[in-house]
Amino acid sequence: MSAVRTRDAGLSYGDRVLWQGLDLDIAPGQFVAILGSNGSGKTSLLKVLLGEQQLTMGRAWIGGEPVRRGSTAVGYVPQKVSIDEGTMLKARDLVRMGLDGHRWGFGFAGPRTRRAIRSGIDNLLASVGAEGFGDAPVSMLSGGELQRVRVAAALASNPSILLCDEPLAALDLRHQQEVAALLDRRRREHGTAVLFVTHDINAVLDYVDQVLYLAAGQFRLGPPSEVLTSASLTELYGAPVDVLQAQGRLIVVASSDPSTGYHLDEVDHAGGDHGHPDDARPR
Amino acid sequence: MSLWDKLFSFENYGELLQLLQNSIIAGALLGLIGGLIGVFVMMRDLTFAVHGISELSFAGASFALLVGFNVVIGSILGSLTAALVIGVLGVRARERSSIIGVLMPFGLGLGVLFLALYPGRAANKFGLLTGQIVAVDDPQLLWMLGVSTVVIIALAIMWRPLMFATVDPEIAAARGVPVRALSPIFMIILGLTVAMAVQVVGALLVLALLVTPAAAAMRVTASALWVPVLSVLFGTVSVVGGILIALGGSLPISPYVTTISFTIYVLCRIVGGRRVKRGWGPRTTQGGPGASRTALLSTPAE
Repeated sequence: MSAVRTRDAGLSYGDRVLWQGLDLDIAPGQFVAILGSNGSGKTSLLKVLLGEQQLTMGRAWIGGEPVRRGSTAVGYVPQKVSIDEGTMLKARDLVRMGLDGHRWGFGFAGPRTRRAIRSGIDNLLASVGAEGFGDAPVSMLSGGELQRVRVAAALASNPSILLCDEPLAALDLRHQQEVAALLDRRRREHGTAVLFVTHDINAVLDYVDQVLYLAAGQFRLGPPSEVLTSASLTELYGAPVDVLQAQGRLIVVASSDPSTGYHLDEVDHAGGDHGHPDDARPR
Repeated sequence: MSLWDKLFSFENYGELLQLLQNSIIAGALLGLIGGLIGVFVMMRDLTFAVHGISELSFAGASFALLVGFNVVIGSILGSLTAALVIGVLGVRARERSSIIGVLMPFGLGLGVLFLALYPGRAANKFGLLTGQIVAVDDPQLLWMLGVSTVVIIALAIMWRPLMFATVDPEIAAARGVPVRALSPIFMIILGLTVAMAVQVVGALLVLALLVTPAAAAMRVTASALWVPVLSVLFGTVSVVGGILIALGGSLPISPYVTTISFTIYVLCRIVGGRRVKRGWGPRTTQGGPGASRTALLSTPAE
């Protein structure tokens, strides 16, 4: 059974079509990167799968059931990393919210249940390398630490799919690699499908099974080697696009004249932060 | 009478204690619900809103006093009006501040007007602003018991989702928590709590019970269990302690209550400051002289 399945799914605002005719079949354990320009409907696709946004066409299922809001089969890691300064809450309590924060009541439990919950949370924290600061207030964590705790919280309900909305955007390169490797391990060990919205494919390129590239009301879906090619993206955008490889990194540029430094990411952010010289280090 | 006797006097303490039983019960109730709701007031950054609500609650109460209506009901009506206006019009923090800034002086002005028109004794008048201990009669206490029960039940039901929605609205919404519906419901129970606090400590000093205890607790712990527990403890100690010390003197209770609550806050700041300096304790897994000492301060996990 597909972890995520859509048939003829489409989303439009008025007569502006974000995407349509989307037929996804994402198997458990797949790592899918969702790329595309700003406003191409990447985040909207996640909102649809979270049940917060209605499809205007077609249907979508998660684990064989129609999407619905508040499903525990779906974990969500948002882009926003920071939590209000001064929020006095332990990292482990944030993880606990991912487990049962949506339930009514205080959540008092007997000693046995409490121990079970506690050891479950300890395991989650350890699985994201956060065991050292589980008792620290979230307001005292660095961005990378907090994002790892958020991943643990998203995994607390043992979801079958994990939706990540640019989870690396606020992290430095080292933490980006850590969190990406963490997601990869999770999906290999637990078969959790990962849908990963990103501006920069390079941080996760080694792990990605499929790329869903949204642009101009259309999409391309397939392995990176098929989608992220000059021919494929040129067809998608309807304008000449070059995909360059430099030291293992992919760079998407408008092919008119790369020497001027004009990158597509100025109109579409397809390559994220690759334009900065300090980021051009080999992986 | 010397200043000392004015401040502290324990003559006929036993009799007074019996006489003021109602006030002490009301104070303990207030410490309980004020401490609990204060946790959310702090986390949702509603300190200023509490102040605004309390001024309108004061206006409602003084209007009730003027027309000979039940003061508790008047106070509740004023509170709820303010809470709803702030909740509906002040969704964003900046808007909220300006709306409260507009409402607050208006409420205070109305209250002063009603009190000026009220022909009764001056002590009754200023009680609503600065607190009173003799005022809690039996029917009033029943009202307060009822209101507290409503607040406690509401909090008990929505504690976890409300906390989730407070800390992380986006993820809570994704998880199916009715984030939008919880906000006005919380404002209503906040309004009820403020109305109760106005009865005991007076409108000007509501913050000492709805903000200071929770703020103090959050200086020394981040535990989801110990923040509310300590906050309730600090709140109750402040009100009941304040009433007990104020009993014999001829002064309003609020200076006693606020002094105790402020002292607790200062102590917690000092303790918390030292804890932060040492790295908040359990964060580092390597043991050291600092780590073992902070372990004493760190609260046991739930």
